[in-house]
Amino acid sequence: MLSVKNLCVSYGESVVIRDLSFEVKKNETVAIMGRNGMGKTTLMKSLIGVHKTRGGSIMLDGKELAGTESYRRVKAGLGFVPQGRQIFSALSVEDNIRTGLETAKVKKIEEWVYTTFPILKEFRHRKGGNLSGGQQQQLAIARALVSGPKVLLLDEPTEGIQPSIIKDIARTLNDLKQMRDLTIVVSEQVLSFTLAIADRILVIEAGAIVREDARASVDEATISKYLSV
Amino acid sequence: MTAKITLILLLAGLGYSWEEIKGIAIMQGFAGLNLFAIFLLMALGLSVIFGQMKVINMAHGEFMTMGAYTTVLLSWLCETHAPGLLTWYFPVAMVAAFFVAGAVGFLTEWAIIRHLYKRPLDTLLATWGLSMIFQEAFRQIAGARETSATMPEWLMGSFQPFEGVDIPINGVFLLSACLVLTGLVVANLYYTRTGLRVRATVLNRDMAGAVGINTTMTDRMTFALGCGIAGVAGCAFTTVGSISPSAGGLYIVDTFMVVVFGGAGSIVGTILAAFGIAQAQSVLEFFLSGVLAKVFVLGAVVVILMIRPQGLIASKIRK
Repeated sequence: MLSVKNLCVSYGESVVIRDLSFEVKKNETVAIMGRNGMGKTTLMKSLIGVHKTRGGSIMLDGKELAGTESYRRVKAGLGFVPQGRQIFSALSVEDNIRTGLETAKVKKIEEWVYTTFPILKEFRHRKGGNLSGGQQQQLAIARALVSGPKVLLLDEPTEGIQPSIIKDIARTLNDLKQMRDLTIVVSEQVLSFTLAIADRILVIEAGAIVREDARASVDEATISKYLSV
Repeated sequence: MTAKITLILLLAGLGYSWEEIKGIAIMQGFAGLNLFAIFLLMALGLSVIFGQMKVINMAHGEFMTMGAYTTVLLSWLCETHAPGLLTWYFPVAMVAAFFVAGAVGFLTEWAIIRHLYKRPLDTLLATWGLSMIFQEAFRQIAGARETSATMPEWLMGSFQPFEGVDIPINGVFLLSACLVLTGLVVANLYYTRTGLRVRATVLNRDMAGAVGINTTMTDRMTFALGCGIAGVAGCAFTTVGSISPSAGGLYIVDTFMVVVFGGAGSIVGTILAAFGIAQAQSVLEFFLSGVLAKVFVLGAVVVILMIRPQGLIASKIRK
């Protein structure tokens, strides 16, 4: 479904992602794990088109996305939940969700959004910037989902979220995967969360994939070594 | 309000009768409202461009001039080829002024502004250069002398609500046009999908793209909308004054002052600032020269901005 081949990304002359390749099958959840500064966020931003790539290919259902603008990637079927949520702080919760309807066929917030995230219905007239971290994360996921993506990209969704809410997010993502027929690519550092949602784990070091494990065969101690500072 | 009470007390002290004071207060108040309408019409477009996009468009006044010349051209065409249409050409001129200035704004964003979004000072220089190019173009096409549009009869004359008080109809029209346009801009920004795109792009350009908004086109349309509004301001301006190639430039400082004083990005702030500055200027002009009145108003704005740098209205959002 999503195929990334020989991806190269740089900041000026420093290469951050080098010859990175991986594939994600339909309905699969793939986690990309690694320490801070290893290139997780750069990779996610490059996939959605916020950061320009230097070379390589990003194919979604056989369609080349590398070099296209972000909105075209969303139209093609990518959804993005960024690191730090990046809610439109001055817009109401409802307007935040409506921004995600830009490429959707029906320009109306459907009932399943509020059924899945009841708190968003309660606070729909409140400014997005005035929600708590966990509520903002729900809003960011809802905003990405209303465009009807085939692949949902989540960049460190547990960052700054309290542990009890992290479990809720994992449960919600698993439910949504079934309900919305989703494929998920998530970058993470929290192993317990990753194990709760991922089918496969890729470890990234210095901008390259250095290890790949199916969930069934994951050795937690070994993966933890890649995450500890 | 304070300014008006001060004016009344001062006039009473100078030995004017109550009737004379009432007449002067209404006339000066209305002159202030006219100035408010011009400031607001100019500032609305700039509020959209500077407030929403953070682009310092020094050529904004020239987009107003463009709208004014479009009106003059249409009035000349009607006069020479279809005098029967002269009565109703003005509403058509307003729409034409919007589209002419908007279309040139669209091209300007495509050709110049989009390359300079991350370099605000260069935008200032580039648009200042553009304003000079526009002024020279107006001079070459329309001539250096002042010119004016022929007003339809229904826009001329005045009415007397009280003895000794003359309210010009063109002033009432200017004020009405200003109110209608403000309503349309607010409705467009806050109640349409286009407005939502603009607000989202302003708040977080990268994220707006990542949720599916075509930010490039949104920028272009926003800039064109701001320029189009300036064009309508220019059209409305022809009802109260004549136009020359450099006419727009005369208002650019006042217009920036209104937008910054109101709080960049706040339409309500822009309205309040335009009203306050126009009324203060109008009242002061009665006692002092026009230049001194401007100096006092500018001084007051500087002091207030030192105390409240965010302007009159600032959004209250947790960062």
